[in-house]
Amino acid sequence: MADRERRMTPPYGGVFFARTTVLDAAQVERALTRISHEIIERNQGLEDVVLVALQTGGVEIARLIARSLFKIDGVDVPMGTLDVALYRDDIGLRPVMPEAETDIPVDLSAKIVVLVDDVLFTGRTIRAALDALTDFGRPRSVQLAVVIDRGHRELPIRPDFVGKNLPTRRDEVVDVNPEGVLLGEMRK
Amino acid sequence: MSNHLIDLKDLETDEIKELLYLTDRFVEVSQRPIPKVPALRGRTIAMLFFEDSTRTRMSFDLAANRLSADVLEFPTHTSSLSKGESILDTVETIHALGVDALIIRHYSSGLPRKIADEVGVAPSVINAGDGSNAHPTQGLLDAYTLCQHFHGLAGPDASLSGIHIGIIGDVKHSRVARSDVHAYTSLGATVTLVAPESLQPPNLEDWPVQICEDLDSVLPTFDAVGLLRIQNERMKEGLVPSVDEYVQRYGMTETRAADLRDEVVIMHPGPVNRGIEIAETVLDNRKNVLIKQQVTNGVPVRMAVLFRLLGSGVEID
Repeated sequence: MADRERRMTPPYGGVFFARTTVLDAAQVERALTRISHEIIERNQGLEDVVLVALQTGGVEIARLIARSLFKIDGVDVPMGTLDVALYRDDIGLRPVMPEAETDIPVDLSAKIVVLVDDVLFTGRTIRAALDALTDFGRPRSVQLAVVIDRGHRELPIRPDFVGKNLPTRRDEVVDVNPEGVLLGEMRK
Repeated sequence: MSNHLIDLKDLETDEIKELLYLTDRFVEVSQRPIPKVPALRGRTIAMLFFEDSTRTRMSFDLAANRLSADVLEFPTHTSSLSKGESILDTVETIHALGVDALIIRHYSSGLPRKIADEVGVAPSVINAGDGSNAHPTQGLLDAYTLCQHFHGLAGPDASLSGIHIGIIGDVKHSRVARSDVHAYTSLGATVTLVAPESLQPPNLEDWPVQICEDLDSVLPTFDAVGLLRIQNERMKEGLVPSVDEYVQRYGMTETRAADLRDEVVIMHPGPVNRGIEIAETVLDNRKNVLIKQQVTNGVPVRMAVLFRLLGSGVEID
C-alpha cells in the first residue's frame, strides 16, 4: 500500500497491523516473472511497450517488472510514473495532495501502455489514470498489471495481468512490497 | 491553513513550504503537452480587480483555467459598484451566485482581510495585492523563483538559507517588498532593504531585515537583487528628488551590473520602468535576470494556492 493511502485511508493516520502473509518474497518474485512473460506473450514481444507506474505503490513493482522483462527478452522497456491525484473524482471529498512525481519520458501516442499498480480495489485510481494518460498522447492500447486484485470494484474496470486474486473485506488493508504481501487492518 | 490567503504572515513556515512543494508538481503539469488537469472542475472563481493589473490577473486567470475551474470576471467599472453598491454588498451578491473563491485586488490596504472576516468560511478570499500591505502570491512566486534558481526546485523542505537578498527601491509603498521579506526570511534568507530614508517604511524595527541607504556599499554582498518599481506619483510627491538622481543612487545601471558577480540574480515584479530601476541593456542582455521566469512561475504558484484552498479537501481548522 502506498504511503499516501496509509495516511489518507480513514481513519486518517492509522497504523497498519498485519494479520496474515498472503505471498512471501519468493512468491512475489515468481508472480512478477509470470506477469512479465504474459506481457511479452500478449503483445508478441516488447515493441512499443511502455510501463507506466502509478505513484506511489506501483513504482517499485514496475521497476521489478522492467528488470524481469530485460532478463527474459533483453529489452530495456521505457518506464514512466504517474501521480493521478489531480484527476481523482473525490477531490474535495477527502484529502488529496499531488505529492509524487509524474514523469512520462516518451510520447505515448501509438504505444502499448502497461499501467502498473500494487493493488486493484475500487478501480477509481485506474479510472483517474486513464484520464491522465490521454493528456500524454493516444496510446494504441492500455493494459493493466497489478500484484493483488482484492475485488470490491465500483467501476467496470478489470486487470489484464494479476499476481493473485485475494478475496478481502472492504475494511481490510493490503500491503504490497517486494518482500511480501500482507493482509491486515488499520488501527488507531 | 485557513481557507483564505490574505497575507503570508498568516501562514506557518511549514505552510509556506508546503505551497512551494506543491508548486513543483504544477511546474511539471505546466510542462506537459496538455498543461491542464481536471482538479477544480465545477468550481467557480470570481476575479475582482479594482486596480490595473496585467500579469497578476492573467496569471490567476490561466492558473484557474489550467485547473479546469470556471472564471467569472467581475467588471469593477461597469457594475453596480458604480451605482453606489458597497463592496461588501457586492461580495454578498457574488457569494449568492455560488462562487467558490474571490480573488481581489484593491488599492486600499486591509480590504481583503475585511472581506474575509465578513464572509467567514466561504467563499475563499485570495488577496491579489492590497494597497501597500501585502501581495502574498508574488511573495511566494519570488521565493519559488529563487529556490528553483539555486536548487532546481523547491522540494519538500524549501530553503533559502545562506542567501543574501537585497530589496532595492520604494519599500515604503511596496506590498511586494512586504510579502517578499516575509517569504524570504521564513525560508532562512538574510534580507537587506536599500532605500533612501524618504522611501523607508515606518516601524522598520519590527522587520527582520537590515537597512541601508547606500546601495554601492552593500551591493557586492548580495546573491540576489530584487528591484522595486518606482511609481511616478512618488516623484510628484517629492519623495524622490529626480529620476536622474534615483537612477544614479539606486538604479541597476550598466556600471553597477558590470561590477556584479555573474551568478548574482536580478529580479523585478514588473512592470519595469526601462532605464530607471534597470538599464535597458542589463534587462535585455545580462545573464541571470529572472524577470521572465518570475512571470512564468506565477502560474504554477497560483495553481498551488487555488488547489490548496479549493481542492485539497484537507479539513479546514
